[in-house]
Amino acid sequence: MSKIKMPKSAPALDMTPMVDLAFLLVTFFILTANFRQNEAVMVKTPSSHSEKILPQNVMLVTVDTAGRAFFSLDGKEVRRNMLLTMGEKYKVSFTETDVTRFTILPMFGVPMAQLTDYIRGDDKTRAAIDQASTGIPMDSLNNQLGDWIAYGWNEKQIFQQTNNIPKENWCRIAIKADGQTNYKVIKRIIGVFQERNLNSFNLITDMETEQAK
Amino acid sequence: MGQIIESGGGGHGKGKKRAKKHGAHIDMTPMVDLGFLLLTFFVLTSQFSKPKTMEINMPVKPKDTLNTTKIDDETAMTLLLTEKEDRIYYYYGKFKPETSILKTMDYSKDGLRKVLLKRNETVIKQIKELKEKHSKGEIPDTTYKRLAIAAKGDKKAVFVIVKADEKAKYKNVIDVIDELSLVAEVGKYALVDISPAEKELVKVSGM
Repeated sequence: MSKIKMPKSAPALDMTPMVDLAFLLVTFFILTANFRQNEAVMVKTPSSHSEKILPQNVMLVTVDTAGRAFFSLDGKEVRRNMLLTMGEKYKVSFTETDVTRFTILPMFGVPMAQLTDYIRGDDKTRAAIDQASTGIPMDSLNNQLGDWIAYGWNEKQIFQQTNNIPKENWCRIAIKADGQTNYKVIKRIIGVFQERNLNSFNLITDMETEQAK
Repeated sequence: MGQIIESGGGGHGKGKKRAKKHGAHIDMTPMVDLGFLLLTFFVLTSQFSKPKTMEINMPVKPKDTLNTTKIDDETAMTLLLTEKEDRIYYYYGKFKPETSILKTMDYSKDGLRKVLLKRNETVIKQIKELKEKHSKGEIPDTTYKRLAIAAKGDKKAVFVIVKADEKAKYKNVIDVIDELSLVAEVGKYALVDISPAEKELVKVSGM
């Protein structure tokens, strides 16, 4: 009679499949990772049932709880031309380095008078300016936000036309506002859009969680 | 962890050492550790919920006042939003300071949604039928879209006017638009400024 021999060492487990899977996941996450941009303000958008996903290419006006407006737009060339036009209009001159630095800023919310300081500052000064800033002015006497939007939009249109970008990928305007913002501010911003004949835009929301209601 | 297991290589030869049959084994532990570390990092930093969006189309500013939409007594409904975050004031038809009866509801399922669903019953029914036909494959995509838009834009369909005062919160406006366009299938709605008379009415009502 033969006895069943027990192996002396601990049973070995083949880990190859697990390791394969782990690396597969790593690859997946690396490829899909979408790092959050450095945002000047935290905004908690209201929720909705909408299932439309925000298009990639947007001109964004962010509004925080205090009603301060911040502006952001993609595209180096577009931003360069926009800044130069704005500088001309508001009699602010920018050096070549200023312009280059401006093209890579994520989002800004300062009046034109402070813009040079903001561009030249390092991350810390910028954060401090953002903290103390009153946002981009948008009242009818000093409508800088309207000008940013108009010039930015204009440059973007030119850029899209010259580069033959298909119409469905064209830039849209979006408002990203905190749920606690007074509607008055949003109404004003919509008014600014309408003054520039921009009548179609997006409002950014979050997915609705039904239990909150 | 993750080691290549080696079965005994040589053993038959008498005293003579044979070269191992297997290649030298590599300890994979550090690599695997790093792999999992990266995995954890990317899992934790990745954003899953992409922001969603609603599309709003405002009317082009009319050049003359003749072209403006007429408010129909039958189908119109006006919602007044104020700083009170749990109350919506509303009335039906045209605004007449003396005779308009102000009612209130809240933002919950049993408030706003119930009122809207009841008010827009016929359109919702039509759209439901269309959806059913569409899912069964009786009507193609384009026809479905066209008919749905037609149903929403019908003369008998509800026309909702949203008026928010200065102190209303953005969140409430979004909630209302959300409820209108995505739940109650209201095709015609407008964001309009509140008039002083209406403000007065809300004040007087004391609700």
